[in-house]
Amino acid sequence: MMGYLSVSLQPRAVNVDLQTDATLQVDISDALSERDKVKFTVHTKSTLPNFKQSEFSVVRQHEEFIWLHDSFVENEDYAGYIIPPAPPRPDFDASREKLQKLGEGEGSMTKEEFTKMKQELEAEYLAIFKKTVAMHEVFLCRVAAHPVLRKDLNFHVFLEYNQDLSVRGKNKKEKLEDFFKNVVKSADGVLVAGVKDVDDFFEHEKTFLLEYHNRVKDASAKSDRMIRSHKSTHTTALLRILLHHYAYYCTTTAPLRILLFFLKVSELFEKTRKIEARVAADEDLKLADLLKYYLRESQAAKDLLYRRGRALVDYENANKALDKARAKNRDVLQAETSQQLCCHKFEKISESAKQELIDFKTRRVAAFRKNLVELAELELKHAKGNLQLLQSCLSVLKGDT
Amino acid sequence: MTKPAASAPSLSVAASLSKPQSATLEELEEEEQEDKFDINISITNPEKIGDGMNAYMAYKVSTQTTLPMFRSKAFTVRRRFSDFLGLYEKLSEKHGPNGYIVPPPPEKSILGMTKVKVGKEDPSSAEFVERRRAALERYLQRVVCHPSLLQDPDVREFLERDELPRAVNTQALSGAGFLKMINKATDAVSKMTIKMNESDVWFEEKLQEVESADQQFRKIHGLVDSLVGHRKELSLNTAGFAKSVAMLGSSEDNTALSRALSQLAEVEDKMEQLHQEQASNDSFCFAELLADYIRLLGAVRGSFDQRMKAWQRWQDAQSMLQKKRETEAKLLWANKPDKLQLAKDEITEWEAKVTQYERDFDRVSATVRKEVLRFEVLIYFFFKTLVAFTLLIKYWEAFLPEAKAIA
Repeated sequence: MMGYLSVSLQPRAVNVDLQTDATLQVDISDALSERDKVKFTVHTKSTLPNFKQSEFSVVRQHEEFIWLHDSFVENEDYAGYIIPPAPPRPDFDASREKLQKLGEGEGSMTKEEFTKMKQELEAEYLAIFKKTVAMHEVFLCRVAAHPVLRKDLNFHVFLEYNQDLSVRGKNKKEKLEDFFKNVVKSADGVLVAGVKDVDDFFEHEKTFLLEYHNRVKDASAKSDRMIRSHKSTHTTALLRILLHHYAYYCTTTAPLRILLFFLKVSELFEKTRKIEARVAADEDLKLADLLKYYLRESQAAKDLLYRRGRALVDYENANKALDKARAKNRDVLQAETSQQLCCHKFEKISESAKQELIDFKTRRVAAFRKNLVELAELELKHAKGNLQLLQSCLSVLKGDT
Repeated sequence: MTKPAASAPSLSVAASLSKPQSATLEELEEEEQEDKFDINISITNPEKIGDGMNAYMAYKVSTQTTLPMFRSKAFTVRRRFSDFLGLYEKLSEKHGPNGYIVPPPPEKSILGMTKVKVGKEDPSSAEFVERRRAALERYLQRVVCHPSLLQDPDVREFLERDELPRAVNTQALSGAGFLKMINKATDAVSKMTIKMNESDVWFEEKLQEVESADQQFRKIHGLVDSLVGHRKELSLNTAGFAKSVAMLGSSEDNTALSRALSQLAEVEDKMEQLHQEQASNDSFCFAELLADYIRLLGAVRGSFDQRMKAWQRWQDAQSMLQKKRETEAKLLWANKPDKLQLAKDEITEWEAKVTQYERDFDRVSATVRKEVLRFEVLIYFFFKTLVAFTLLIKYWEAFLPEAKAIA
């Protein structure tokens, strides 16, 4: 059914407040949805000498974005930065299932009903599609805006190399390895978190981020549930059946004016339903997506703190080892170099981490403010439109006495 | 009244021919306005009388009227639920067979009533009593708004007389009740064997409409129920979300953002509560009205059944007459003069019956037709009310985001 879907995209509202910099601008100019994958056209404009041209495009798939993200995470040099969270995998399964069900049930409903439902489901599909494109774009923009990450070689390859990066998705063995790695990591994370930090700033950040992350997770889950509930209170479905019945009833006997009255009212209700759908979609975007995004970002910030904590523990262990070596007067040089390395690593991370966390806060506050204000404005606009329609409905009702 | 017209024209033809048909409907509407039934019923003060399983609720039935046929302008009596049922039984026996749509009373509810009897002072039994009170009021108001039923002395007696003899027919296990059950069963059987030679397409089409209306109303009733359920769920989820946002706001260390988030949470919570209350009240009234109309549609079908019965009686009389004529012919041929006179008498008798039943059938048909048209006007106003109710619910839904934004 959904063979492919191509969407021309204009600049979207992003969840992050980024300064667009003429030296490197990245966006997703086009996207194609095929049977089981999405192809993004990544478009770059740059004045940097590293690139062969000043403007170029490549086609990338989701796996290639993940490859890029993972390469950042695994790079020791970037341990001191908040790695922009990876975009979630495009998930059209639910939407596709619904469309399939609709196709199966085509025989059991009127042509009109079928077309209406099809339009609704297609709009839903389109909304999910637009969202996934936005998520992927935000990831790239964050990388492009980061003073260090934007210089990464893999990133440049990602942007410029116009062939397939031959990055395949992880196979079962690799997925299992990942799973164990995560288990080890979270156990370690608990250990590391237990170590009290000497620096007040980081100690405070640790407690704050932990609490904040949990609350964002909760809020995100609850907002999803609420939005799902919203979708199922269909007063308008009720009305549609009502009016459908009465329209049929009217065509055979009642005076013309009754029929016309109900046709008018049903038209008006169609319009309010469209507004309702748009309100729900906006709420979805502004509030739910915002929370989801900051859930991932706060996790990335926690990961940074973990890495720093890990480095601190390593540093302290190296110190202990050095003391021991000195006491035994054996392998002192080795211990010294190792200790110096750890110290250097720890200090490097601490320095950049501090700035990253401050930036994170600024970004977060700005994003929330922007989205909440926009949400309020949109809700007002829609509510006014809705009320107007309802008032005209009422006047139709009254006038026809 | 004249015999019903041949067939209902299609919509395009109706536009040009709309005058005769819409004239009927408009005439009827005008009649309704003119007659201006200045009679108003209110049912109040439900009071529990007695204790245990013999207890019952007594309701105050107050009438206000300017109609001269009543003893005064305002009067009150006390009635219990079985009295209302008794009134329905009487009216249905007397006027049902003539094709009138006798408004059905609210349903018996053994469970609901038992709770009240046993004396459970909980909100559900109070709710049950209130629902019943409102339903009884609507029922009685419908009865007195029917021009023919209002003339019935039983109705007057119900409204005016201080003490009513206890209605016995309504007891489920009584002898009369059992007889009723038998009648209902035979009716069902006869329905299957009667194949009416429907010369009047109008009635056939109307019956189809009534049946489809019944289907649709039941569907809508189901939808309203599920809507109420979903609303409750949404309300719960929004409350959960509001709490969550409040928590998020409190852990946010930027004070301005923190304040904004807690405000958002507060507004969401308050407005949702308000919305929930309002919407559930409206949906509740909505659902009650729908149930009323589903029962009314049943009564409409009942009147169609009565017309069919009248037709059957007429047909049976005609075939009987035919038999008697055959008997006469046989007797003539067999030359038995003494029995001949008897046969001739019987023929006269049955000829009269055939004429009578034909006239009855015409009369019932005309009544049914008039009643259905009257009912259509009612349905029209009912739809308006339905739409208005739904608008009210949607109004609250629309109001919510606006209030959120302002706060």
